[in-house]
Amino acid sequence: METIDAKKLDFSFIEEVKNTPGGEKIVNCFACGTCAASCPVREFDEKFNPRKIIHMVLLGMRDEVLHSEFVWLCSGCLACQERCPQGVTITELMMALKNIAVNHGIVHSAFSMQAAEVYRYGRLYEVGDLNARREKIGLPRIPEDPEETRKILDDNGVGDIARKIIGTENG
Amino acid sequence: MRYALFLGCSVPTRGLNYEISSRKIAEKLDIELVDIPEFGCCGFPIRSVNQDAGFQMAARNLALAEKQGLNIVTLCSACTETLQEANFIFQHTPEELEKANKELEKIGLKYNGTVEVKHFARMLWEDVGIEKIKEQIVKPLTGARVVAHYGCHYLKPSEIYGHFDDPENPTSLDDLIEATGATAIRNYPEKEKCCGGAILGVDETTTVKMAGSKLKAIKEIDADAMILICPFCSVIYEGNQKKAEKEFDMVFKLPIIYYPQLLGLALGFEPNDVGFKLNRIKAKKLLEKLGYSKKPKE
Repeated sequence: METIDAKKLDFSFIEEVKNTPGGEKIVNCFACGTCAASCPVREFDEKFNPRKIIHMVLLGMRDEVLHSEFVWLCSGCLACQERCPQGVTITELMMALKNIAVNHGIVHSAFSMQAAEVYRYGRLYEVGDLNARREKIGLPRIPEDPEETRKILDDNGVGDIARKIIGTENG
Repeated sequence: MRYALFLGCSVPTRGLNYEISSRKIAEKLDIELVDIPEFGCCGFPIRSVNQDAGFQMAARNLALAEKQGLNIVTLCSACTETLQEANFIFQHTPEELEKANKELEKIGLKYNGTVEVKHFARMLWEDVGIEKIKEQIVKPLTGARVVAHYGCHYLKPSEIYGHFDDPENPTSLDDLIEATGATAIRNYPEKEKCCGGAILGVDETTTVKMAGSKLKAIKEIDADAMILICPFCSVIYEGNQKKAEKEFDMVFKLPIIYYPQLLGLALGFEPNDVGFKLNRIKAKKLLEKLGYSKKPKE
């Protein structure tokens, strides 16, 4: 592992995380490692280690965290959050870190593509032709009317991310 | 009993066997499920990008149910969690509800925080009850040895669900399985493990390893099937089982069955009435064991 360059540490990152919903309790962490021991992702991918990520945030390693691959690797299983003896809402903290990365213009393609699908259809998957199959086996049609969902996405800046993907696909 | 049925994204497109079987058993158990055509995505896939947008999408769905005076039952565990987490926040933090309502106002909706959100399995366990289910069983599934896969969001965060079941050592789905006459292998290695579905698009290899490790553990105890209650867990364990077999260099051939399909059999439905022909990994051996001689039609 590379050594940490103290000059690059940015303690305002801790404040930014603390002020993002889900990140409020990060300073309660006493580094016991219950999260890392509970994490089913870490079992197969050492890149994702919740204790280490928390520590990196507390050291102010903004760039290393926000530009990392690991920030997108939480499976959201909540095992760590249920077990954390210090009440750090770790799964929500990981969500907060992803939201912060997005605010800094960094979005993993898996998530921008999901946003594009939801923007297009109001759902993660197109129903389209499947409606005929649904009706054939006695299930009701699913109308696709994404307008209200689009409005919500647009008003929160997610529409821009989605449209960028949709534009790329169409162009 | 009357609920709004929240389907979400995966069930109506990739989990038709789950949807059919759930509707059938609900009717049999006198539970009225109301479809609200305006329901959309719960908000889960958006939360990683923007929590506010995700929770406002949840608020929209909650408001649509509230308008009709209905509580929500869900089939997907990620929908359950997102709708209930938003609901919990709205019910405990008036400022957050106000913030969401500012957005809802623009689309002519308002949420007052009165809706209850429950997973379909929890509804069966709590509102119908094991005894009432047992009374309706016409074909006990004696001899079937299966494992329950609870998944994550059905139980956790336990705080938003009022700790209805123990997140570390849950029993509700095992109880529901045993109500059908089948045997639930209550303790098996990796019982609590996550399917890894949420990171499939980020790191498929890790997801496949996570899933394969659990499938291997289940294979080793020789269970007839995995019983689950979330469409995305099924996408992983059924849809990606071949990849997991390759990764672990083993043949699993483990049928992945939705709980309402299992209960449907015990309530007297034929396998095909509860969507067995839509299961990609055929439960032929299990069905034969239970006395269904004919192979489900392809």
